[in-house]
Amino acid sequence: MAEPLLRIENLWRRFDVSKPWLNRVIEREERQYLTAVADVSFDIRKGETFALVGESGSGKSTIAKMVVGLLSASRGHIHFDGRDLTSLPPAEIRAQRRRFQMIFQDPYASLNPRWRVGDIIAEPLRTFGIARGAETSREVGRLLDTVGLSAGDADKFPHEFSGGQRQRIAIARALSSRPEFIVCDEPTSALDVSVQAQILNLMRDLQDEMGLTYLFISHDLSVVHHMADRIGVLYLGRLVEVADGKALFRDPQHPYTRMLLDAVPDLAAGGRGRKRVEGEIPNPIDPPPGCAFHPRCPLAMPVCREKVPPAVPTKTGFAECFAVAEETV
Amino acid sequence: MTDEPLLSVRDLVVEFPTRRGTLTAIDRLSFDIARGEVLGMVGESGAGKSLTGAAIIGLLEPPGRIAGGEVRLAGERIDTLSPEAMRRIRGKRIGMVFQDPLTSLNPLYTVAQQLTETIRAHLHVGEKEARNRAIALLDRVGIPAAARRIDDYPHHFSGGMRQRVVIALALCAEPELVIADEPTTALDVSVQAQIIELLKEICTERGAAVMLITHDMGVIAETADRVAVLYAGRLAEIGPVRDIIDRPEHPYTQGLMGSIPAISDTGDRLVQIPGAMPRLNAIPPGCAFNPRCPHAFDRCRIDRPDALGRPGSRQVACWLYDREEAAHG
Repeated sequence: MAEPLLRIENLWRRFDVSKPWLNRVIEREERQYLTAVADVSFDIRKGETFALVGESGSGKSTIAKMVVGLLSASRGHIHFDGRDLTSLPPAEIRAQRRRFQMIFQDPYASLNPRWRVGDIIAEPLRTFGIARGAETSREVGRLLDTVGLSAGDADKFPHEFSGGQRQRIAIARALSSRPEFIVCDEPTSALDVSVQAQILNLMRDLQDEMGLTYLFISHDLSVVHHMADRIGVLYLGRLVEVADGKALFRDPQHPYTRMLLDAVPDLAAGGRGRKRVEGEIPNPIDPPPGCAFHPRCPLAMPVCREKVPPAVPTKTGFAECFAVAEETV
Repeated sequence: MTDEPLLSVRDLVVEFPTRRGTLTAIDRLSFDIARGEVLGMVGESGAGKSLTGAAIIGLLEPPGRIAGGEVRLAGERIDTLSPEAMRRIRGKRIGMVFQDPLTSLNPLYTVAQQLTETIRAHLHVGEKEARNRAIALLDRVGIPAAARRIDDYPHHFSGGMRQRVVIALALCAEPELVIADEPTTALDVSVQAQIIELLKEICTERGAAVMLITHDMGVIAETADRVAVLYAGRLAEIGPVRDIIDRPEHPYTQGLMGSIPAISDTGDRLVQIPGAMPRLNAIPPGCAFNPRCPHAFDRCRIDRPDALGRPGSRQVACWLYDREEAAHG
């Protein structure tokens, strides 16, 4: 099998959420840490769409930010095309950074309202020295055309566009440095369904044309099902299951994945007798010991309360669960 | 009259006078809700879903105003009532559940204070009795240890638990109609399923009708008896939920259904409606959907279609079906 484009190895991220020093002294409290990402490892192959799903607080966006370098990792390694981004010298990282880009959730917040669209898209071109002078505006026009806008839109400001059009601008900006890899953090969750369909179709077309690799982050399982080749499921910062897209939906292994799939309202599901979902996500500052899912898990055993389950290989990936481990033995 | 609808909205018009002319946000909207029925109201942002809810309960934000039509609750007109009389209906006969549970509860009062105040404002019961009812209600909506937790403040509860409190608050005066405006949009998938289930169950149990406003067709598919599809402040289609989902007749509904990625689909390209919903100051003459409609013909650009009765107690506002009838007749 080909070398993966991105390899995440035992990635951790802790945030210090302590109160200010004086409060800690007066209230006699310890420092507090929130473990947003715990021991996460996965590979993304060239040309595929790897999706991360999970509910709020599961660490999806933290992983995305670490991959593109907006956050540093507390521990672990991020290999991009064979190079470890966590240990490269800054100049080297800068050279690599042209090759990966990010699309953010909120197209209202991710575009500078005081800049013209042309300048927004041209910035990466200038920064990375890809185009100069008249060439720049020709390139901007071409990019706008690629995402379904017109070259004349370059002179407008972001507020003149609708949400879907703004997301197209954000995609054009991401494409401008000719990246191979794009991290998409909830790219359509701020959009209406009919507009979402336009953006998802566009992203797929671009992938086919340019051979892009996507890390696709979403809480919407039906969108993930539509887009992803492989899927990773996060729960409280841990990657509990990885499987091929269709396999995950057909035959989920981890009890949390099963619960999540049961919970999605689906068009075809009118009146289906669904299983009751129990409980809520625990506080990530003080997660349950052992497997973090055990208080909500119908299959929980005594060992689940004590030890973090190891990754058990499944047909198309792995699952971190003692119950799954028992079944496969 | 026993088969008189609980809520009847006729030719409702909501306008926003602005310096640059009057914007018509809801344009001659008519629909009924029967006793005990769940009516889903869907549409994209700006279609007028929430505004319809606000107009019914008399909570339109000025300068928005009802400029025409009538709203009847059990036969009695309520759109012309004084603010004082309307306030007595709100909470008592019509309960409300809003999107964000944090803003619909007062952070400075305990849950007990808010519940007993509402109960005593609408029902003639003493302090003690009100508190007992409140505890029973919290217990019913699934708050563990209700008798103890009732004296907590809203911030002590998680998002899902808060929405349960809001549902208890909406139901405490035993209303005939509950207007739920995006009740699960702020919640995670696994919690969303619990809340939808609860809302449906508890309203059935008490015989309350529900007007469920949401952009999520999956939620509608699992919850509603009938569904109304809004487009640019007008009714596109209304009818039994399975008919609308399985055999949508209005071209907009057809596009909308095709654009939703479903877990049961095959992962083909999503149907794409070109363009976006018009802004309120640029609604085209004739049918509001005609510039985006694949079937539009001359009449659609001149005359606005009214809701036409179709077989199976369905109504569709589209000239296609008028032509069909004319051809058959």
